[in-house]
Parts: sequence; C-alpha cells; structure tokens
Amino acid sequence: MATLSIPNPVPSAIEDAEKLRKAFQGWGTDEKAMIAVLAHRDAAQRKQIKIAYEEQYKEKLLKRIESEISGHFERAVYRWIFDPVERQAIMANIAIKNKVVDFPVIIEIACINSSNELLSVKQVYQSLYKHSMEEDVASHATGDFRKLLFALVGTYRYDGEEINTELAKTEAKILNDAITKGEYNSDEIIRILSTRSKAQLQATFNCYKDAHNLSITKALSTKTPNDFVIALRAAIRCRTTPTKYFEKVLRNILQKSGMDEDALTRVIVMHAEKDLKEIKELFQTRANMTLEQAVAKKTSGDYENFLLALIGN
Amino acid sequence: MATDEQLALTRALSGDGGLGVEESTLVSIIGKWRKKPEHISSFRKSFNRLFSITGHIEKCEDDHMQKLVMEFSRFHQITVLWAMHPHERDARWANQVIHKNHPSSILVEIASTRSAEDLLGARRAYQTLFHHSLEEDVAYQVKDSKSKLLVGLVSAYRYEGQKVDNDVAKSEAKALHNALKTAGANKIIEIDEVVRILSTRSKSHLKAVFKYYKELHGKYLEEDLSGDALLQQTVLCLDSPASYFSQVINSAFKEGANHAETEGLSRVMVSRSDVDMEEIKEAYAKLYGAKLADVISKKTRGYFRDSLLSLAGEAKA
Repeated sequence: MATLSIPNPVPSAIEDAEKLRKAFQGWGTDEKAMIAVLAHRDAAQRKQIKIAYEEQYKEKLLKRIESEISGHFERAVYRWIFDPVERQAIMANIAIKNKVVDFPVIIEIACINSSNELLSVKQVYQSLYKHSMEEDVASHATGDFRKLLFALVGTYRYDGEEINTELAKTEAKILNDAITKGEYNSDEIIRILSTRSKAQLQATFNCYKDAHNLSITKALSTKTPNDFVIALRAAIRCRTTPTKYFEKVLRNILQKSGMDEDALTRVIVMHAEKDLKEIKELFQTRANMTLEQAVAKKTSGDYENFLLALIGN
Repeated sequence: MATDEQLALTRALSGDGGLGVEESTLVSIIGKWRKKPEHISSFRKSFNRLFSITGHIEKCEDDHMQKLVMEFSRFHQITVLWAMHPHERDARWANQVIHKNHPSSILVEIASTRSAEDLLGARRAYQTLFHHSLEEDVAYQVKDSKSKLLVGLVSAYRYEGQKVDNDVAKSEAKALHNALKTAGANKIIEIDEVVRILSTRSKSHLKAVFKYYKELHGKYLEEDLSGDALLQQTVLCLDSPASYFSQVINSAFKEGANHAETEGLSRVMVSRSDVDMEEIKEAYAKLYGAKLADVISKKTRGYFRDSLLSLAGEAKA
C-alpha cells in the first residue's frame, strides 16, 4: 500500500499551481509550501498541476523548481513529480548513462515490475530517448553485467501461476551445480533467473532450500564482496521477496555509517505511491525504530521534510 | 492408349511437378465417369504409383496416399493459417521450431521481420497458448551455439524510429568487422558484440551499420558472414526482408524441394499478404527475372494456386 497521503477534499490543480507560484516568488523559496502541495498529490494530480502551472505562468514547472531548490532535496522532488512509469524510465536512463552502470536501479526496475508494467516503462523510455532500453543497457554495460542486465530487462516474462515441479527440481540442481563450482556468472543461472516466471522461480528456490538446507541467497554469499554476486542476490530478492529486499536496502542505508542519499531517495520516491507501507512495517520490526525516526536521524532540512512527508507523516 | 481424362487424372493425382491438386479436374472426371466403372478400373491398372495389383484388387499404396493427403491439404492449411490471428500464427510457428524441431530459420524470420509490436504480440499469444514465455522456451530448449542469437532476437523490442546516430553506426560497423576478423576458432554466431548489435539496435540503425560496413570494408556484411547461414539470414531479414522472402518462396518451387521448403511458401504468402507483398513481388522479379504470379500459376495447382494468387493480390490465371 502507498504511504502517500492526500487531503480530502483535494484542492484543484489551479489552486495548487497558485500555491506553488507563491512559494517561488520573492526572495528564497517557501519549501514547506512546496512540500505541502507536491508531497501530497498522486501521479494524476501532479500531472494536472504541471499542466495548470504551465498554462497559467507560461513556464515549465520542473524548470522553475530546478532553479529554486538544489541538492538532495531538488533531486528527490524532480524524481517524485513524474508518474511512476516515466519516473522509472528516467531513472533507468540516468543509471545506464552513469560512468559505471548503476546496476541496482536497473535490477530493481526490471525485476519488481510485472511484465506489462516493465513494458510500459520501456515504451516511455523509447519515446524519451529514441533508443530501446535494451540497446542502451547492452551497449553501456559490459561483461557479466551486460549478460545479466540485458536478460532481466529484455525478457517479457510469463506472469502465470502454473508450476512444473519436476522442472523446479531440475533447475534447482542446475543452480546448485553452478554455485558449487563457483560459476556465478553461468549462463544457466542467468537464464533461470531472468526467463522463468515468478511462480516457477519461487518453486525452484523452494526446491533448492529443501535439498540443501540453505536459501539460495545465503548460498550465493561469498566471503569477499563481489559486485556481480551482489547483483545476482538483488535480482533474486527483487523477483521473489521485494518487500524484504527494499526493507534491507533502507536498513543498510540508515543504520550503517556513511550515507547514500541517491539510494534513499530512490527507494522512498519509487515506493511511496506503491508499497512503502509494507516496507515501513517490516522496517519497524527489524530496525527497532520507525522508518520516520531512522530517516530523521540521518537526514536534515528540506530533504528530510520531503521524505518524511512521503513516508506518511 | 491413355485418354485425355486418364492423363488429366494422372496429373491431378500424381503429386508431381506442382504443389496442390487440381480439384476442378477431379470433380469433372468424377462426373464424366459416373456409371462407367470400366474407366476408373482401367485407370487404377495404369496408375501404378497409387495402385498396385494385390490379390484381385489394385490396392492403394500407403506412401503415395500420404503424399496425396499433404497435397490435398495445402489449401486447407493455407486457409486456416489465413483465418488465424497473425500473432497466433507466429506463436504456433515458433512453438514448432522449439518442440517439433522445425528449422531455426523460421524463428529468425519471425523475430527479425515482424515489427516490434507484432513480435511482442506473438510473444503474448505464445504465453496465452503455451503458458510459458517464448524467451524461456527458446533459452531452455536451444542449447547449442545458436542459443545466444536466438534468445537475443526473440527478446527484442526494438526502437522503431528513424533517428540514427551515424557515429555510433560507423563505430559498430568497425566493431563488427573487427569481431569477425579476430574470431579465429570461435564461432561468429556466439560473439557478444555481433549478437548485441544485431539483436538490440533499431532497424534504421542497422541499415546504416550495414551501409557503413560496405563503405569502410569494401564487402557486404553478408559476404563476410558466409560461414554462418543463420547469421547471414538474420542480416538479410533485417536489411531487406522482401529479398529474403523472395528466396524462401523460390526454394519451394525448386526441383526436389523438401517439406520445410514447400511449407515456407504458404507461410510467407499468408504472413506477408497484408504487409509487404508488393515489395516482395518487386524483389522476386529482380532476383529471378520472372513475375511471381506467373511462377505460382505454373508451379501450383487448384484451389491452392488460386489462394496463393489471391494472397499475392493477383487475379486468377
């Protein structure tokens, strides 16, 4: 469930556009007013506000925002304003064009969406960037990452519930063979992980666990951190237990030293209108504090206020 | 002395020298020989491909009967294919490649000549019919060197716009040439760069790549790919599908064409009739110096012939 809270009744798009305009005018920016509007509107409403603002004031809302605010707060608001499909297309492009492809972003987008949701993202990607997401992933990623990311992004997976138990047992064995040989980049691992349906994959992992008394993600833990294995584990968890995956990502960001604002922004912004509630609840049981408390501890200022507004304050 | 009708009946039932059967001839002879069993009896005695004297009867030969079934059913098959949703057609053909060992070239054909939306539609239809994705079945069942290319091609959801970055196209033409030159003992069809470029780039981009390849290296990419028929076919399908389809049609008419080749004729005529049949007719005339309609009229018979002509947008011969 979403954590996004929208007032009832919700003001018209024109009223909201006016409020934003007032927030921009004069010296400095009234960030609180910005947050009060933008962080409490759904995708359709945000789109209407963009249109109303542009019609009324003859300038693009996004351009104005970019000139009014900066830093982590600006990046978060920018990503938030778009609807989920366009947002993911934009974030995928940013991740791909990074000096080194930001693989967690691609993996998340490719693995947590249904086949048709991912297809929508790819369609918007094509209209924005005049390339297919697949060709950009393939031409920017290299080596094993290219194999994995391309397969995850490119497959239009079957979403049905049927399970073939014999096949699950066979493929659990194939996975085991590759893992025990340390061949983490094996074509078979990539094939199974990227082409099988969610139900079939879950059945395969269950067979694996039954046969070896070890979950597949634990089996893939290596002593030395290996980026590719990290990517495999992320893909496995995104495909089978996404809530747990995102909870862990948040806990890692918020409870370890250092701070990755981009990752924090990504998780909050991408899930606030989707399933942040479940992620939040799981976080609370495992971190012994609420997500709000954890975010407040590690962030500050307008950035903190914006995130807290999305989380459900 | 064989009568005219015996000759016509022989021709109609011999399954030789033409695809399909001449239904109207058969119907008329059936009418003419009514109440004259001596005619059909004399025909059975003379037509020993289908009948052999066994005991007191001229028994039907099983082998030839099978052949006849095939020829009679060409019209049936093409009609059903024609009526089917194009995506279901493609999905069923793809499934036959995977599960009935039909040639991989059919998979390459479908993946490379359909538009991005139609290939996606075929994949959706495949899921509806077979409860698996096409990608997972190809990846699972094809375990030889073709696997990378086939999985790449069927997974494609290409950008369909005209925009091309010429610098990238040039550098990819060079990259292809390099990859082929330095392949050594490795199979070209497994080279990552080759598969990446052919299976992800837009068709406009690829046409530019192929153009630069010839400009920079003096030879067409297909020439340098002569060691691998499937790769050659891929390039031809992407660059000039009308030429490719003309070749498939022509193979069906050659002496000793096998089952897969003759089926190719029906497949191409049905699947392209509404898409690029005019371009195919043009390409066919250029390649073989003959009008497609004329060759169809000569080499096929009966309702099968007539349906092919209709699909080609031509009046009956």
